[in-house]
Amino acid sequence: MTYREALKQGIRQVLQHDQRAFLMGEDVGRYGGAFAVSKGLLAEFGAERIMDVPLSESGFMGAGIGAAIGGMRPIVEIMTVNFSLLAMDQIVNNAATLLHMSGGQVNVPVIVRMGSGIGRQLAAQHSHSWEPLYAHIPGLKVFSIGTHEDARNFLPAIFDHPDPVIIFEYTSMLNMEAELPTEPENVNTHLAAIRKTGKDISLVTYGTGVYKSLEAANTLLADGIDVEVIDLRVLRPIDYTTVFNSIRKTHRAVLVEDAWGSVNISSEISARIMENIFYELDAPVRRLGGVEVPIPYPKHLEDASVPQPADIINLVKNSMRHGGV
Amino acid sequence: MDTTLKAGTAGQDNVDHYTNILYQMQLIRRFEERSAELYTQSLIRGFLHLYVGEEAVAVGVMQALTGEDSILSTYREHGHALARGVDAGRIMAEMYGKQEGCSRGRGGSMHLFDASKKFYGGNAIVGGHLPMAVGMALAAKKQGKASVTCCFFGEGAAAEGEFHEAMNLAALWSVPLLLVCENNLYAMGTAIRFSHSETHLEKKGEGYGMATMVVDGMDVLKVEAAAKQAVDTIRQTGKPLLLVANTYRFRAHSMFDAELYREKTEVEEWKQKDPIPALYRYMKEQFGFSEAAFQGIESKVEEEIKAAIDFAEKGKWEPVEELTRFVHSETQTN
Repeated sequence: MTYREALKQGIRQVLQHDQRAFLMGEDVGRYGGAFAVSKGLLAEFGAERIMDVPLSESGFMGAGIGAAIGGMRPIVEIMTVNFSLLAMDQIVNNAATLLHMSGGQVNVPVIVRMGSGIGRQLAAQHSHSWEPLYAHIPGLKVFSIGTHEDARNFLPAIFDHPDPVIIFEYTSMLNMEAELPTEPENVNTHLAAIRKTGKDISLVTYGTGVYKSLEAANTLLADGIDVEVIDLRVLRPIDYTTVFNSIRKTHRAVLVEDAWGSVNISSEISARIMENIFYELDAPVRRLGGVEVPIPYPKHLEDASVPQPADIINLVKNSMRHGGV
Repeated sequence: MDTTLKAGTAGQDNVDHYTNILYQMQLIRRFEERSAELYTQSLIRGFLHLYVGEEAVAVGVMQALTGEDSILSTYREHGHALARGVDAGRIMAEMYGKQEGCSRGRGGSMHLFDASKKFYGGNAIVGGHLPMAVGMALAAKKQGKASVTCCFFGEGAAAEGEFHEAMNLAALWSVPLLLVCENNLYAMGTAIRFSHSETHLEKKGEGYGMATMVVDGMDVLKVEAAAKQAVDTIRQTGKPLLLVANTYRFRAHSMFDAELYREKTEVEEWKQKDPIPALYRYMKEQFGFSEAAFQGIESKVEEEIKAAIDFAEKGKWEPVEELTRFVHSETQTN
């Protein structure tokens, strides 16, 4: 099953499960979704449940927030995370703050799905990774869909959450195939997932970093390095327990993400490791983030702008050499 | 649509109704004046935006709404909240920052909420609540409810992209939304002629294919009549409507405003149109409403405001241990 199909199955399940649920976004209906995630859903559920909206990110994001306050369960699709910057006021100043400013009176159970990351040579304005921006904001729950399993199961699992939820999906993964069990399983929506256990080093990542890290881990295993791969999944609030327990076992950590290298998710995790389990470390925490440049158009430069499996392998090997074993 | 509205017919049956309207406007007026004093004593902090002069809009519009209708407002919303029936004591406690406040003291003057009254703020990002109002009206429509969503905003918001996106969505989706533009001529200190290429704001509604009305916002009876007509139309058609109420604030934008941008003579001219004495005069002429009766209102208002301030004074500071409450819901299933 493709990542795209897995996402669609998740959306279909919540639409079937609850009549209050509806999908709204640019081109989600008649066009079939900019990335074909919602293709076919209009015919299945009708225009009341699959709502095309005009190009007005702030407007329809705000409408989604209002509909959530009014008793509906809107799922707002923002075509790419880059466009979400136009809706940032609604997400930050309204969705994330109303519960607090109203002293607990106004819940905003809105779910926002955003396509993120590079992979299709779409250049800077369609390729950025804004996870750290959203992970910074109190009042939001932020999730990153790094596997087919989560693509299929995450939305149904988080659907009853009473507060605003931001879900990052990855356009570069849409056509990726993976096997999934026929019966959907319930997934935990507040814990990081250990995607591969290992004893030598903890590799902490999310999103497109998950499969790249697993690929790197397989190669490294052949070289005798047993990597533990942790998919954070939840970027706000971060599950440090899983991360720290892994490092207590391996005593080394490499952090990998596509977002720009400074002031990103890895910066925060690195700092927390220092503050909490510094004496467990046999080597400095190492980070691998996106190169600090607006994502370029040519494929070779685009590929070079985010961590690749070879970069991960090099950094892990480097970290293993440090401090000796 | 007919934009020349006549005042409601006076008659003995209406005495109670008019008396109540006069009382509500006077309550807002005195509440605001007392708030300004409390602000100078540093008992109320933050920004304080007073509604003095604009009372007829909130009170007039609110007459057309039922308890099932929802209201969204701006940072200048004490008048809307009072006219909606949010408890004066809880509003004052909110401005003091006490936990007995209508937003538990976490919102302050600009963020009054009372979900039990379907009063959804108090939004301090100019225009930020307009798309939300569209969404609330959309939710009502999807759920087959008869309720109308009413959204107050100033003419300053009509220059924001949010206004235009919301107007387009509301008209496109045909949602039961009453958009009340309180045109008080100044967005903070910038006059409408310096900020709008088209100062007849109703034309902005026409551009979106929306029904529009214009009303003298200094005449509460005209506002009431216009709002009733607007809400009736919205309930019948299910479509949104833009009501522009031309009004004026007698006081500065906020307590920090030295009012360098307008002439005192202009303010004095508008004060001649003060909606409160205007209604009082009308009631005197129509059914001999007496000075003593007006004093009765005044005493009731004074008592209510005194009680509100007492309530706020006696309120408690929320324990610091509760600082991070209400960042997330307390009944989470995930």
